[in-house]
Amino acid sequence: MHTFSYVKAKSLKEAGDMLAAHADAKLLAGGMTLIPTMKARLAQPSHLIDIAGIAELSGIDVKNGRLTIGAATRHVEVAKSAVVKKAIPTLAYLASQIGDPQVRNRGTIGGSLANNDPAADYPSAALSLNATIVTNKREIAADDFFQGIFTTALGAGEMIVKIVFPIPAKAAYEKFPHPASGFAMAGSFVSQDGKAVRVAITGAGPGVFRWKDAEAALGKKLAAASVENLNVDATDLNEDMHGTKEYRANLAKVMTKRAVAKLAGTAATSKSSGK
Amino acid sequence: MAKVELKINGVQHSYDVEDRTLLVNLIRDHAQLTGTHVGCDTSQCGACTVHMNGVAVKSCTVLAGQADGAEITTIEGMAKNGKLHPVQQAFTECHALQCGFCTPGMIMAVSGFLKDNPKPTDEEIYHGLEGNICRCTGYINIVKAVKQAAKTMSK
Ligand SMILES: Cc1cc2nc3c(=O)[nH]c(=O)nc-3n(C[C@H](O)[C@H](O)[C@H](O)COP(=O)(O)OP(=O)(O)OC[C@H]3O[C@@H](n4cnc5c(N)ncnc54)[C@H](O)[C@@H]3O)c2cc1C
Ligand code: FES
Ligand code: FES
Repeated sequence: MHTFSYVKAKSLKEAGDMLAAHADAKLLAGGMTLIPTMKARLAQPSHLIDIAGIAELSGIDVKNGRLTIGAATRHVEVAKSAVVKKAIPTLAYLASQIGDPQVRNRGTIGGSLANNDPAADYPSAALSLNATIVTNKREIAADDFFQGIFTTALGAGEMIVKIVFPIPAKAAYEKFPHPASGFAMAGSFVSQDGKAVRVAITGAGPGVFRWKDAEAALGKKLAAASVENLNVDATDLNEDMHGTKEYRANLAKVMTKRAVAKLAGTAATSKSSGK
Repeated sequence: MAKVELKINGVQHSYDVEDRTLLVNLIRDHAQLTGTHVGCDTSQCGACTVHMNGVAVKSCTVLAGQADGAEITTIEGMAKNGKLHPVQQAFTECHALQCGFCTPGMIMAVSGFLKDNPKPTDEEIYHGLEGNICRCTGYINIVKAVKQAAKTMSK
């Protein structure tokens, strides 16, 4: 690793001030993405501002039909939280499927959303559930937040404080994990609230995206058969040694069908974790 | 430079280290506890797994500074009064290791997830070991050892 200065921020304000003071500083939350990136010398921040211990960034609670999760909340806490399991059990299930136990013991939801890895799990939940990403400066709708590979609407000096999820009537997540890393080769998060169905696909493309044809068809009839004759457009999807564009397009469809089948049977407020 | 004060296996330590020092380097090079291994540089193999405040973490992906004030347990801290920890004992009896390189990390990961799930099914054991790679055993005997350890520990 290149050298840098490590500092622990005690408050949101302190972290914001440090970010503003050093152009090449970076926030450090769980470190499960940033530290490996720095070890590979793919990032060279001058300062790492550790925000993991900031009280304002932690906590999980439900109010007025919304589930709020602090940015520094670790994956393991979301996976185990009784509050999350009751409000949006699929979100707890999704968190339990990220990487491996050691990664879940450190990694945070804010870090995952800010990083916006095209194969990460949380972005699909935020986009499908129409979440609001609350920063130290403003509120950003998920539809505007994710802007393609490793790119978000976050500006310089901006920090995610919490994520607010409207609680859907039903939701389900299915992913085809990469066998080594656990990241999604393709994953589909389907949620339904009233007549609105939102389908967010992760892993398959250069960033999470909504599959709008499927949303329209599922809005008419919430059944796996509704997407049978639809296809995800493969043109801009990812292609690498693990799979072609067409393979990923098909995987995204299969994951969507599985998620719909699961969701058609379970209400989001049931105790089923979606397993 | 960062001043890092932490407990390792119950013993208080204080070190002045470079800010970029990883917890695994502090453990191996400064505290001279070389049972914790480094098997990769991509945070995937789990050979470096230790407990930090009671939970399993990959010490190659934690900065020493992040562990300031923490309680760390390494493989050297598992045996008590000359008696192997039940997970160590089970690994020995079930032949759950061949070269042994992954073993310290495996044992720390297993003892970590058995706290959460004292009676895991086979599926849950696979899921619990997803962060640890073994190049020798094919995992069959590791899974056997986990079951045996779970049995002994629930007695
Ligand atoms: C072996 C392995 C397997 C993994 N498998 C998966 C997987 O299957 N699915 C998956 O989704 N992820 C996976 N991950 C990634 C993991 O979920 C990370 O924890 C997550 O992507 C980043 O969260 P973090 O808290 O660790 O962030 P960090 O690494 O600390 O930071 C990541 C980036 O986000 C920025 N950041 C952090 N917090 C904030 C904030 N509050 N506001 C603004 N910017 C912020 C940092 O500056 C940095 O640029 C895996 C990681 C590893 C090492
Ligand atoms: S050395 Fe491989 S995960 Fe830490
Ligand atoms: S026993 Fe050799 S790597 Fe596991």
